[in-house]
Amino acid sequence: MHNKNNLWLPRLLIALSFAFVLLMLAAPLSVVLAEAFSSGWELYLKAVTDHYALRAAQLTVIATLSSVLLNVAFGLTAAWAVTRFSFRGKGLLTTLIDIPFAVSPVIAGLVFILLFGRLSPLHSFLDAYNLRIVFAVPGIVLVTIFVTLPFVAREIIPVLEARGTDEEQAAALMGAGFFRIFRRITFPHIRWALLYSLILCAARAMGEFGAVSVVSGHLRGKTNTLPLHVEILYSEYQFTAAFAVSSVLAAAAIAILVARNIVELAARKEKKSNVR
Amino acid sequence: MKKSMGIFLAAFIFSVNILAGVQARAYGAELVNVSYDPTRELYEQFNVSFRKYWKAKTGEDVTITQSHGGSGKQARSVIEGNAADVVTLALGYDITAIEKAGLIQPGWQRKFPDNSSPYTSTIVFLVRKGNPKGLKDWGDLAKPGVGIITPNPKTSGGARWNYLAAWAWADGAYRHDEKAVRDFVGKLLRNVLVLDTGARGSTNTFVRNGQGDVLLAWENEAYLVLANQPGDFEIVTPGLSILAEPPVAIVDEVVDKRGSRALATEYLRYLYSDEGQRLAGKNYYRPSNPNIAKEFAKVFDLKVKLITIDDPLFGGWEKAQQAHFSDGGIFDQIYARK
Repeated sequence: MHNKNNLWLPRLLIALSFAFVLLMLAAPLSVVLAEAFSSGWELYLKAVTDHYALRAAQLTVIATLSSVLLNVAFGLTAAWAVTRFSFRGKGLLTTLIDIPFAVSPVIAGLVFILLFGRLSPLHSFLDAYNLRIVFAVPGIVLVTIFVTLPFVAREIIPVLEARGTDEEQAAALMGAGFFRIFRRITFPHIRWALLYSLILCAARAMGEFGAVSVVSGHLRGKTNTLPLHVEILYSEYQFTAAFAVSSVLAAAAIAILVARNIVELAARKEKKSNVR
Repeated sequence: MKKSMGIFLAAFIFSVNILAGVQARAYGAELVNVSYDPTRELYEQFNVSFRKYWKAKTGEDVTITQSHGGSGKQARSVIEGNAADVVTLALGYDITAIEKAGLIQPGWQRKFPDNSSPYTSTIVFLVRKGNPKGLKDWGDLAKPGVGIITPNPKTSGGARWNYLAAWAWADGAYRHDEKAVRDFVGKLLRNVLVLDTGARGSTNTFVRNGQGDVLLAWENEAYLVLANQPGDFEIVTPGLSILAEPPVAIVDEVVDKRGSRALATEYLRYLYSDEGQRLAGKNYYRPSNPNIAKEFAKVFDLKVKLITIDDPLFGGWEKAQQAHFSDGGIFDQIYARK
C-alpha cells in the first residue's frame, strides 16, 4: 500500500502541474500565434511593421531601457544603504521601496496625473517652461520606472545581507576606497542577482499596461506603447493585427525567460567552481 | 564606475525624453484631435484629405495626431491636460464637461453649423442573417423569447441613446401614457441577455460570442460589422429612432497657447465641405448636408423618423440624464422590477 502510494502520488502531481501549465500558458499562447497568422504572413508582417506599431515599439524600448537603467542606479544605492549602514528610518525605507508592488498600477497612473496634470498646482510652473509630463513621453517613462522600482533593490538586498560586511570591512581597513571596494568585492557578489533582477524588471516594464494607459492619452504614434497598441487594435476589430503585435510581445517575453534561465545556469556554475 | 555610468545614461535618456516633449511642437504645423471610439476609420481618411487641402492652400505640411477612446474618458483626459487642439466626441454632454473645466468658451455649439455636428447617427437593430425572429420595429423587441444585447445605460453613452429611442417609440405607440411606456420599456429591458459596460463590448458579445437575437447599435457601428463580416448579419432600421449628434469643438485654451486656432478652425470647417461630408457618409455617418446625404440614400434609410434629445419629451441631456439615469431614476425603477 505504502509503496503504491509512493508511485502514483508524484505522478498525479506531475501530471496535474503539466496540465495546469498547458491549460493556463501553452493554450493561450498557441491561440495568440494561431490568430496572429490566421490571415497569412503578409498581413502579419504588415501589422508588425505598421508605422504606429513601430512607433509603439520604439516607445516601449525607450521606457524599458530608461526604467532598467534608473533601477540599476536606484536599486544598488538603496540596497547598499539598507544593508551596509544602520540609520533611522531604515525600516521605513525598506517598506517604502515595496509600495509599487502593493499599489495598483492604475492608482500609480492617477497619482501622476494628479501630480503633473492640468489641475495640479504644479501645472502653471510646468506650463511656463512648456514641460509636458503626463500625456507625453516623460509621463510614460516615469510610471514605468515607478512600477518597476522595487525589482533591483528587492533582489539585491537579501544577497548583500547574506554575504555580510566582513570582506568589505577588511578591504576598507587595508585602505581601499569606496569605488574600489564596490568594484572588487561587492559587485562580483551581486552581479548575477543584479542581472537577474534587471531581466525581470525589463519584462515588467515592457508589459506594463494599467499605469501607462492612464497617463498616455492614447496619442497615436506619440504616447502609445505596444501593450496599449494591442488593446486599441483589438477594440477596433483588427483582431489579426492585435494578435500579431501580441505575438511580438510574447516573443520578447520568451526571449527574456530564456535569458533568465541562462543567467541562472551561469550563476550556479560559478558558485560550484567557487566552492571547489 | 558602472553605477555612475548608469546614472549618467538614465539622466541622459530622461532629458532627451523631456526635450522631445518640449520640441515636439517647435516646428511644422501640428494638430491633435481627441476623438471617441468608432471614428478611427473616418478620421484616418479625413486627415489624409485635409493634409492635401491644407498643403494646397498654405504650402505647409501638417501632422495630425489622433487619440481614440470612450467619449467620457477622452473628455476627462483633455480636462486633465491631454493637449487636444480639437475634440470630436460622442455627446455634447462630454464637451460641456470640458467647457465647465474652463478649456472651451461657452457657446461652442453655435460656432459651427448644425449644432456643431458635421455628421449624425442613429440607433438601429443588428440582427442575424435572415432575421429569424422577424424583428421589424421596437414593438417586436418586447415580445417573449427575444434576446437583446445592449450596453448598460448607467455606464455607456451609446446605451442611453438606445434606451431613449425605445422610450420615444413607445411614447408615440401608447399615446403619451407614461405607465404603458414604462411597462413596455420594462418588458424590453427584461429581454436583455447581457448588459455590457460599453458599446464595443456589446458588439463583441453579439458578433464574436454569438449571444442574442438583436444588437441595439449605432448605425455606423452596425455598418462596420456588416463590412467586416459580410453575409452574417442584417440591419433593421426601426420606424422611429433617435438622432445622435456627435459634436466637434475647438479647445480654446490649447489653440491659444499653441497659436493653432486658424488651423484648428479650418480643420473643423473642412468637415462640412463636400469632401468631408462624403467621407463621413462613406464611413456610415449621416452627412449633415442634405444634398450629400442624398448621395447615400441607398445606404441609409433617410425616411426614418428621428427624434432629438431636445424634443419636449426629453428636454435636453441634463434633464433626460436626471429623470432617467440618475440613481433611483426611471431606469432603476423599471429595471429593478424584475
